[in-house]
Amino acid sequence: MARNRGQAGSLSPSDEPFRVKFSLLLFSLFLLASGANAQTNGGTIAFVGGRILPVSRPPIEKGTLLVKDGKIIAVGDSSLTIPADATIIRSEGKTIMPGLVDTHSHIAGPAGGDSSAPIQPDIRVYDSLNMRESSVKKALAGGITTANIMPGSGHLMSGQTVYIKLRGGKTIEDYFIRDSAGNPSGGMKMANGTNSIGSPPFPGTRGKSVALIREQFIRAQEYRKKVRDARGDASKLPPRDLGMEALVEVLDGKRIVQHHTHRADDIMSVLRLQKEFGFKVVLHHVSEGWKVAEEIARAKVPCSIILIDAPGGKLEAVDLSFKTGAVLEKAGVPVAYHTDDGITDSRLFLRSAALGVRAGLSREAALQSVTLAGAKMLGLDSRLGSLETGKDADFIVLSGDPLSVYTHILQTYIEGRKVFDRDDARDALFAVGGVGAGEELRPYLCCADEEAAKR
Amino acid sequence: MNRTPVLTGVIAALTLLLTAPGQAQIAVRGKKIYTSSGVVLTDGVVVLREGKIAEIGSANKVVIPAGFTIVDAAVVTPGLVDIRGTVGLTGIYNNFGHDQDQLETSAAMQPELRALDAYNPQEKLVAYVRGFGVTTVNTGHAPGRLISGQSVIVKTTGNTVEEALMVETGAVLADMSSEALQGSGSPGTRAKVMSLLRQQFLAAQRTIATSEAEAKKVTVKAPGKTTTTSKPAATTTKTNMTATNTPASKTGDGAPRDLRQEMFVRILKREIPLMITAHRAQDIASALRLAREFRFRLILDGASDAPLLLEEIKAAGVPIALHPTMQRAFGDTQNLSFETAAKLKKAGIPFAIETGFEAYVPKVRVLLFEAAVAAANGLSTEEALSAITIDAARILGIEKRVGSLEVGKDGDVALYDGDPFEYLTHCTGTIIQGRFVSSDRN
Repeated sequence: MARNRGQAGSLSPSDEPFRVKFSLLLFSLFLLASGANAQTNGGTIAFVGGRILPVSRPPIEKGTLLVKDGKIIAVGDSSLTIPADATIIRSEGKTIMPGLVDTHSHIAGPAGGDSSAPIQPDIRVYDSLNMRESSVKKALAGGITTANIMPGSGHLMSGQTVYIKLRGGKTIEDYFIRDSAGNPSGGMKMANGTNSIGSPPFPGTRGKSVALIREQFIRAQEYRKKVRDARGDASKLPPRDLGMEALVEVLDGKRIVQHHTHRADDIMSVLRLQKEFGFKVVLHHVSEGWKVAEEIARAKVPCSIILIDAPGGKLEAVDLSFKTGAVLEKAGVPVAYHTDDGITDSRLFLRSAALGVRAGLSREAALQSVTLAGAKMLGLDSRLGSLETGKDADFIVLSGDPLSVYTHILQTYIEGRKVFDRDDARDALFAVGGVGAGEELRPYLCCADEEAAKR
Repeated sequence: MNRTPVLTGVIAALTLLLTAPGQAQIAVRGKKIYTSSGVVLTDGVVVLREGKIAEIGSANKVVIPAGFTIVDAAVVTPGLVDIRGTVGLTGIYNNFGHDQDQLETSAAMQPELRALDAYNPQEKLVAYVRGFGVTTVNTGHAPGRLISGQSVIVKTTGNTVEEALMVETGAVLADMSSEALQGSGSPGTRAKVMSLLRQQFLAAQRTIATSEAEAKKVTVKAPGKTTTTSKPAATTTKTNMTATNTPASKTGDGAPRDLRQEMFVRILKREIPLMITAHRAQDIASALRLAREFRFRLILDGASDAPLLLEEIKAAGVPIALHPTMQRAFGDTQNLSFETAAKLKKAGIPFAIETGFEAYVPKVRVLLFEAAVAAANGLSTEEALSAITIDAARILGIEKRVGSLEVGKDGDVALYDGDPFEYLTHCTGTIIQGRFVSSDRN
């Protein structure tokens, strides 16, 4: 792998002089050693001989993955023709699968809604992120290439989420996944149940929670009508309302609601709202999802599950079970897992899928649950989530079966660039921990603080 | 899955066992038996009679007595021993006043609080960990106050704590981390923490000195009678419920008893260990300093920074109740590593992996899972199993009863349908003292 290092670049931002020099040194060595130089900029890289799990189709033994200009240009078996000028990376004994998609993460210290009001759709979580946090590097060590960074809960609507690629870079802008109009993509974070109940102006009951949300969406419908009726005439447009603009995107299906919900009746409330207002929604956590699997399936709504090592922590999560994934799969519900990092550790994301299999989830669904299914839930599946021609070259190289505890993630690639390498001691530090790998500050622990405040 | 016939066998056997009254006589056959006594058996048998291990060995040597119920498993290990947790004090609902008895915040030092009086054997989380092979726990008050109380060592079964009880006081639990510096009544600085503890130990030393002087007087007054009140029975009869009710600090002159002081006396007399939570290297060093000064039995708890002080810890001969491998890394624990267990093993420092305590969720950690991640990061299977069986038992001083599969020990056994540490393996049964206490496929 070393000969590709110069091209692969480093995980750290390029403002580290030592790292740059080191990379240049290796790059020069690479030139001397291989004599090849055409491939380093825009050339084809061929990963040859490994077990490839495209996820969108069956595993390929002794597969070949061709990458060029940050995209996958071909995936196939050993019969695939490798361009003569390709840089070949041998992958015998390794497993290659798509980069992991974490549909619900709190890495980089997100701080969204500020508890001044229960509904804050104008909030953009990307305005709060510190991409230099070690949590970002740990996520890469865990093979996560795409993440939906959510504002914390504790609100009915705590703001706009952001979908990012963990490319590395100096500012959050370097991490955005831009839509066709060039805007950063993201969803809308909502929550219900005990999580968003509080003292005024927060709702005190579930009935009030839903009433407040309905009111808000009705306002958004009215706002949208005014905008439509103005037909582009600036004098007739309503005054700009940032929150309403975001909610119109939700109503138009351009911004997916990412909805925290645990209890079966709360899940049903989300489905009822979804039916009334027609937005796209992903159910998150769904601790009691197994109790209403058929209903979720009928609503054609996907689920992103949190897998915690033990049930409880709050009344809503007492019936949390490892079997949720299996029950939902059986009912026909698309299933993803998420880390909810810092609730669970990004470095062990694959573990959630594996424990799902332990409780009956199929292996195929498990592999999809941390890749393609998640990509669909973020509306990004045309670009990523599986190893297919034309998709972004986001993939990970593993030492073995992704569902084994003994397997380590060896490398993480995003858009063809190596962004994590376990052989590099500076990256390995984040993979296993140690001095310099942690944070002074406590990570976001969902509801812990809210729950504590209610005591 | 070729495991199905085995599983069916287990279920059939369990059905029989669970319906049969009284103590069943069981023979557990394992394709692989990790004994935690230095032997790994292939095709082995463990014979459990009247709650104890009556025989263990190769299947072609051990004769299973007639009438014994035979249970098959792919892998067999000793029942797991959790060196330090809060299960049974911490409950599933996270409901303060109802099931959150893990931390009393009314004072900084309350060694008189007994986990014995707070442990709820009916707690759902106790059954939960039991389903993952845990048979013995040293459970107690959580870190968060300088001295939060005494731990209790229990089996994870029983309707009452009396039925579950192994050792009334496993350790006195102290916390020298940043957390203990917060909250009303807590010391404000690390130096103050040390000062408070020193004062307590000095006072306890005076109590002991007075007590010994009294004893001498008694001896002088009654020559020939050398057995006096200076040596309480507590040291030897740990499982005797009345043991700690013997006033260790009783001076014989009718001085009022002081429950707090008594605990410090017992620590100084090395009757019970002081388990000190310390993560930062400086806090670990302080704990070692204090132990050197007062010569008590120290168990380090947490110890995230242990890799920075391997030589010092080794030289001090202090064992470690190591943080859960998957604990969150921030604040005092920011340096913790998946590889610490392997580093301690390499350094020859005795340690066991704990479930510990953390804010919020999971409300309890699964011991098996924590050892699994250590096994994936440098420990061998046997080493990782030892860290949740015999090594924990030795550090707690209960190795004569539990922690390994050896003749004469308690019949505590865990069964699996594969490598115990693999994500896809299930714990298929848990046996405590010869009785199935879990037959779920977890």
